[in-house]
Amino acid sequence: MITQRVKFYQTDTFTAGSRLVDMESRSVQANMERTNSLNSGHRACQGCGEALGARYAIDAAMHATDNKIIAVNATGCLEVFSTPYPETSWQIAWIHSLFGNAAAVASGVAEALAVKGDTETRVIAQGGDGGTTDIGFGCLSGMFERNDDVLYICYDNQGYMNTGVQRSSATPPTARTATTMPVGPEPGNVFGTGKDVPRIAMAHDIPYVATATVANLKDLEAKVKKAMSFRGARYIHIFVPCPLGWGSQTYDTIRLARLVVECGLFPLYEAEYGEVIRVIPIRRQVPVEEYLKPQRRFAHLFGKKGNPETIAKLQVMADKNIQKYGLLKKGGEDE
Amino acid sequence: MLQQVEGSHGIAEAVALCRPEVISAYPITPQTHIVEDLGAMVKRGDLGNARFMTVESEFGAMSAAIGSSATGARTYTATSSQGMLFMAEAVYNASGLGLPIVMTVGNRAIGAPINIWNDHTDSMSMRDSGWIQLYAQSNQEALDLHIQAFRLAEAVSCPVMVCVDGFILTHAYERVDIPEQKQVDEYLPSFQPRQVLDPNRPISIGAMVGPEAFTEVRYLEHHKQLEALKIIPTLQKEFHEKFGRDSGGLVSGYRTEDADTLIVALGSVNGTIQDVVDEMREDGVLIGSVSICSFRPFPLAALREVLKKAKRVIMLEKSFAVGLGGVVDPNIRMTLRGISKPIYNIIAGLGGRAITKKSLHEVFDKAIKDELEGTHFLDLQWDIVNKEIEREKQQPRSGPIAENILRDIGSVASDIA
Repeated sequence: MITQRVKFYQTDTFTAGSRLVDMESRSVQANMERTNSLNSGHRACQGCGEALGARYAIDAAMHATDNKIIAVNATGCLEVFSTPYPETSWQIAWIHSLFGNAAAVASGVAEALAVKGDTETRVIAQGGDGGTTDIGFGCLSGMFERNDDVLYICYDNQGYMNTGVQRSSATPPTARTATTMPVGPEPGNVFGTGKDVPRIAMAHDIPYVATATVANLKDLEAKVKKAMSFRGARYIHIFVPCPLGWGSQTYDTIRLARLVVECGLFPLYEAEYGEVIRVIPIRRQVPVEEYLKPQRRFAHLFGKKGNPETIAKLQVMADKNIQKYGLLKKGGEDE
Repeated sequence: MLQQVEGSHGIAEAVALCRPEVISAYPITPQTHIVEDLGAMVKRGDLGNARFMTVESEFGAMSAAIGSSATGARTYTATSSQGMLFMAEAVYNASGLGLPIVMTVGNRAIGAPINIWNDHTDSMSMRDSGWIQLYAQSNQEALDLHIQAFRLAEAVSCPVMVCVDGFILTHAYERVDIPEQKQVDEYLPSFQPRQVLDPNRPISIGAMVGPEAFTEVRYLEHHKQLEALKIIPTLQKEFHEKFGRDSGGLVSGYRTEDADTLIVALGSVNGTIQDVVDEMREDGVLIGSVSICSFRPFPLAALREVLKKAKRVIMLEKSFAVGLGGVVDPNIRMTLRGISKPIYNIIAGLGGRAITKKSLHEVFDKAIKDELEGTHFLDLQWDIVNKEIEREKQQPRSGPIAENILRDIGSVASDIA
């Protein structure tokens, strides 16, 4: 594929700092020769975390594979906003089939490449949380279990945003969605046991599983690049705020993605063959309120009729993560 | 080479001769033996680099086939019954994307009540999906149609279903002629895809299309099938030249030339019908039959040509549109649009009920006397039906229908005759 010279985006302090480090250590986005896999001009909302995550992830994968990527996209925001034909933002070989089958289609692509003896071209499947944790879950687990040579990336915005903000199995407790309204004695989404798909991916003992956010983009790139160094099934779960669905300010996308990690609700880790091998520690834990308050989907927890008991339950979830993954433990790798 | 083999094995051999590159499979009775055989062939290395994918569902099977075909690999899968329904969304997607996948359907009923035996409800449920549908009369034709199917699919870039009666064909041991690899290679060129996912020439496949172009995209799917209408007879002719057998084609008539009465049917039941035709001919009845091989595209012109001279037409089918009648029947009425003659519709063989020569004699006799109602259910046991209707009238909580009936008749499942 032909690369194009692109504008330099000042994306984060790591990127600016990239100019001072050697080429290998620089972020992919800081590289003037980087691909522009998801081109500008698409229809994503202002402040869309998914668009940001997808561009970084796919460009990083392109970088890691000498631009030899075939991507399979589940139905959802990412698909809809990127391909209102005859326009397409994708500068890569890309296919969209259905909502629930991205992993299986990707398996088929990988098998076809294997038959043809093409060991260079790599396959990525991508979708939102609905297409991954709900409707596409069977195909996803099948792909993991067979250890097909596919990297699956889930852009998790915690709900069905494309259809108008309904609850998915990735929607957090108490969150307001169109199908979990903040009414009645237990407003918002239920407190269930949750569906922790990265852990479920690990339970398949696949070579690589990682979580990432759009706040730490260099970490995201590094994880994608690392994923491409493995063969077999791999999974990256990226936390991508959705201003439209969450009722957050468009300029708060990065901030919320940072706060969800710093409060403990979304642990950042990597796992190889079913074992966590590395976590990104939290320097100073912030209370969950700091993360919840800027989002209107949690507005019923604050204000006059506030609900400190519910906030406390969310704090317990965050604390549990911190303990489980040793996020505050001294001696962890500092980023 | 002539061999006495199971229908499924013959199909597997035919598929193998077509040099498939990716085969995805999820097991469902009665499709299993086909993919088991192919799986063994791949594992032994008989099919070169070919890959055999044991996926997690039929939805996954068709989805993997979509990915593989879009990457330029010749792709095959097989299913039946509930599996057909479970993959339905991907079935429509494969044809919408124009991917020349070939799929065997081991025809089987759809539940509830769950039933593993043969009828055509499964493939008929996908009649509007944009797939080409070919129905085999015999094990030999089932085998031959697969070789034609790959060529047809790739010629028009449209997926093809080869519909084969479950058990009646898939599990029956019959003598079949399995062609030589060289013959098949000469008949079926290598796959030249119209669209390929290739990092060196990146394209986007599967874009959203709004009202501005959707009708046109749909029409072009129709256009492919109209093209297939022209290609299918050519493929049949070339097949005959290469292999010396008359397999496939749009429709095939049996003793139609001077027939007053023509029976139309799909699939293996044509064998029984032809026997009955022979017997009735001996009694001086001017009767014949027509097998529809290509149900999609539907051969309106070719069928009209065969049927137009007959005094009456009897559409006998193993499919049933609940609340209306036959599924194929309205197609026959379209075929004969503007020609006035009685068209009788017989629903037969649902869930594997045997279609006996005796019953066919009786019902054809009735039709010839023009005494048959518009839609007739062959061998329907009215006493059982009426008893259940009565029970529902009498008891508010009358219970599950299937279980009630089975208790009434005290039957065993194997007693299907």
